[in-house]
Amino acid sequence: MAVREFAERGADLQLVGIQKRFPGFTAIESLDLTIPAGSFFALLGPSGCGKTTTLRLVAGLEEPTEGRILIGGADVTATKAHQRPVNTVFQSYALFPHMTVIENVAFGLRRRRIGDATSRAHEALKLVELDHLAQRRPQQLSGGQQQRVALARAIVNRPALLLLDEPLGALDLKLRRQMQLELKGIQEEVGLTFLHVTHDQEEAMTMADTVAVMNRGAIEQMGAPAELYDLPRTAFVANFLGQSNLLTGEVVGTTPTSIAIDAGGHRVVVPVDRAQVHRGRITVGVRPEKVSLHREAPAEASDRNVLGPGRVIDVSFSGVSTQYLVEVAGIGTLLVFAQNIGIGPVAALGDEVWIGWSVEHGFGLADLAPDEGRFAADDSTSSLAVQAREELVAELGES
Amino acid sequence: MAFAAFATTEAQPQAPRRRSRIALFLLLPGIAYLILFFLAPLVSLLLTSLQQPNEFGDIGVYDYGFNWQNYVDVVSVYWEHIVRSFGYALVATVLALAFSYPLAYFIGVTARRWPLLQGLMLVLVIAPFFISFLLRTLAWKQILSDESFIITSLKALSLLAPDAHFTGTPFAVIFGLTYNFIPFMTLPLYTTLERLDLRYLEAGSDLYASPFTVFRKVTVPLSMPGIVAGTLLTFIPAAGDYINASRDFLGGPDTQMMGNVIEANFLVTLNYPAAAALSIILMAAILVIVGVYVKRSGTEDLL
Amino acid sequence: MSGEVQAGAVLGGLAEEQQLDGGPRRAGGRRGARPRRIGLGDWLLPAYAVIALVFLLIPIVYTFVFSFNDSIKSNISWRGFTFDKWLNVCNVEGGAVCEAFGNSIVIGLVSTLIATTLGTMIAIAIVRYRFRARSAISLLLFLPMATPEVVLGAGLAAQFLAVGVPKDMLTIILAHTMFCISFVVVTVKARVASLDPALEEAGRDLYGSPSQVFWRVTFPLLTPGILAAALLSFALSFDDFIITNFNSGSVSTFPKYVYISASRGIPAEANVIASAVFLFAIVLVIAAQVSRAARAKRLAKLG
Repeated sequence: MAVREFAERGADLQLVGIQKRFPGFTAIESLDLTIPAGSFFALLGPSGCGKTTTLRLVAGLEEPTEGRILIGGADVTATKAHQRPVNTVFQSYALFPHMTVIENVAFGLRRRRIGDATSRAHEALKLVELDHLAQRRPQQLSGGQQQRVALARAIVNRPALLLLDEPLGALDLKLRRQMQLELKGIQEEVGLTFLHVTHDQEEAMTMADTVAVMNRGAIEQMGAPAELYDLPRTAFVANFLGQSNLLTGEVVGTTPTSIAIDAGGHRVVVPVDRAQVHRGRITVGVRPEKVSLHREAPAEASDRNVLGPGRVIDVSFSGVSTQYLVEVAGIGTLLVFAQNIGIGPVAALGDEVWIGWSVEHGFGLADLAPDEGRFAADDSTSSLAVQAREELVAELGES
Repeated sequence: MAFAAFATTEAQPQAPRRRSRIALFLLLPGIAYLILFFLAPLVSLLLTSLQQPNEFGDIGVYDYGFNWQNYVDVVSVYWEHIVRSFGYALVATVLALAFSYPLAYFIGVTARRWPLLQGLMLVLVIAPFFISFLLRTLAWKQILSDESFIITSLKALSLLAPDAHFTGTPFAVIFGLTYNFIPFMTLPLYTTLERLDLRYLEAGSDLYASPFTVFRKVTVPLSMPGIVAGTLLTFIPAAGDYINASRDFLGGPDTQMMGNVIEANFLVTLNYPAAAALSIILMAAILVIVGVYVKRSGTEDLL
Repeated sequence: MSGEVQAGAVLGGLAEEQQLDGGPRRAGGRRGARPRRIGLGDWLLPAYAVIALVFLLIPIVYTFVFSFNDSIKSNISWRGFTFDKWLNVCNVEGGAVCEAFGNSIVIGLVSTLIATTLGTMIAIAIVRYRFRARSAISLLLFLPMATPEVVLGAGLAAQFLAVGVPKDMLTIILAHTMFCISFVVVTVKARVASLDPALEEAGRDLYGSPSQVFWRVTFPLLTPGILAAALLSFALSFDDFIITNFNSGSVSTFPKYVYISASRGIPAEANVIASAVFLFAIVLVIAAQVSRAARAKRLAKLG
């Protein structure tokens, strides 16, 4: 299936029952995924979660152990990388150092024997506003410029599917923002299907129409960024995408609209339709910015959860908001983000406070929060690294 | 000339693919070549070393056998040469290290600010490679001959006894070995010193170490890979060398090394079994020394 | 980069720091750091380095100067300045020097070509593929570099003797190819290992078939390493005497010519050839170093 034509528009991508095992570990357990044509889809997850493997499978750089890959309805599972209508913007950009910028951009067109490759390559360079550097070598460009050349080199082929492998990772914050906007603009302009792999939740949320959160070789949750943030279904998502206060306890009361749990002697209510599990021991959560601090015990109200009294054990000022860590007996520490609307802090270190939030802001998870603490996201990335290291050390010790 | 034989760490296999047919196609010709022209000759050498003289007594004709006596014979006849080879090589290696370390340090560390100077000095270090090994050894022979300006001046200044010689002595042979293998020592040292992160030295002096202690406790351990590689690259060829010790070059009748007797037995007296037995002894001794040395210096991963 | 590769690179002047990962250039880096001298004194080390380098160059200068000696037969004492030897190199002894030189060039070129091809293939396989007997193959590649030349030479000679192959130019080429392969593997391997696999993946991703990816991406990126390996290989072959001596029969090479003439005096023509080769090599290398430094400066300015 040699690709001689430009794709008119992006094609949809279907992954059916994909499994990928490497010697010694399984990168992807079982993955089913459909990405509609023309969408900007982000795979979000910590390093080692299988997202890059997924991307490489789609690109044809790895072969799945099991399962099928369909692009625009056609099965490409057995097709080699150079025969797929797919292009990749590599994490390291992978610009050929022995070619000029224009030669890099025209490389794919030349391989497909498409006429006037050079003028098309110039067009693509104009799109990323780098046509004036066409004769330079990649190593003479800045990181941001290289990234744009890599992008031009991929989109000039009008692939049915464009794969982005953490392409913004190497850029500094300001440049990254700018590139995010440009990428989004280009996607809207050329109408391709974008599959973007990243560990940066902000990048995923600002750019993608749909975000799939991956963890340990499987997709935990998928949806529009706002949806995912508002209603995370698992403890992993709740903590990987932003931060959450998670409370675990037995369900002690159920009404048609809400369920109540007993968390360390405190009654916490969540709406029924925002809870994944309705009986037994469950974990509920609330985003720290939805929580408010009170200097005095607020009046009981059926539509608010109130916890307290607690003590402020840490205050850290971050400009727009101030983060408070509040220790509540029987529950542990809770995180509160308070907008700095007034002047001065709402509470000081050691103050006695109550915290409260609207019942409608709470959510109930499908799984239980891990016991280690609330920062599941942190330990999933670094503990994976530690585990991998230990395995490696053990392996080296054996040989 | 294997500077890096020892200095390279094993390359990280990058996403090794398991298409073994391609690997086989790539490996087969070269590996077959080495089996045919490196491994098989070693086996030949081993077989030759066990041969016995032909029953009709023709010179240079031998029959295959298991004549272990050959080894006993060569060791009893040539034990002095064996000791000399390793002794000379050891002294030359130590001298070359002492000579090279400061030079490599200057090029690799002090001259970092001036890449061009660094490059040119490196060129000068390897410049001797570009002129024939034999000619530069002969040049020393003539520069240091009894009639030469240097020796006559030293004698005139009474720094040297009037009847003293330089060429033909063990000093001359060791001098020649040291000179000829200095680049093999300097280059690996340079390579590790060039990569030495100076912040470690600063951290050392920040933690109350005197300059000498920093050198002993930080610089030297960090340059260990270069030291190991350099000493091996000097020691191995020096132990097997027979140019410097040859009578026509810097040596004399009492400075002959194993290489000289191997050559003489093989090419002059056509006593192949003796030459082969000596070669096997030389090779085995070197492998043992390399193995022990590398293990003791804790740099196995360099191999 | 290992010492071997350094040597190969400097030898060929090909230490072109071409970036292989295509990633952003590392800004500043260690080179910018101001080295901290540790106690050796501000002038002691540079002074030592200068003296050491001068010492290394003494025999080269001697050989060069004596190529202008108006000698009659042997070239030992200074008899006056002449250009004659440079102008009539081939006129002595019926052109024996030139014949030996020509042989050395032919042997060097052919064995370099074979060794570079076979070694490059092995290097690619070792870095890129997984196969059984990996450690056995690594050992087979390492051993020729750890074996003294005299053993390599005697072993091959014993094998040729056993099989009954007459020694001539072919046996020399076979021998040289054998000991060059390992050096090529080490040199090219470093280059392959530093090649970002993503570059080849990008080639595949951009519709390049496997052969197109190899010839348009992999091979051009490996070229500097392959060239360095080839130059190193040629230099090793050109200057080899010990192995040649065992396997050459009546064929003369330049080092062998020098060795044989050493006992009866070497004609100045040999100095002429050695000096010419030296000048050619050194000019090449210095030019490469200077252009490399200039390129680095230009890149730094752009960055």
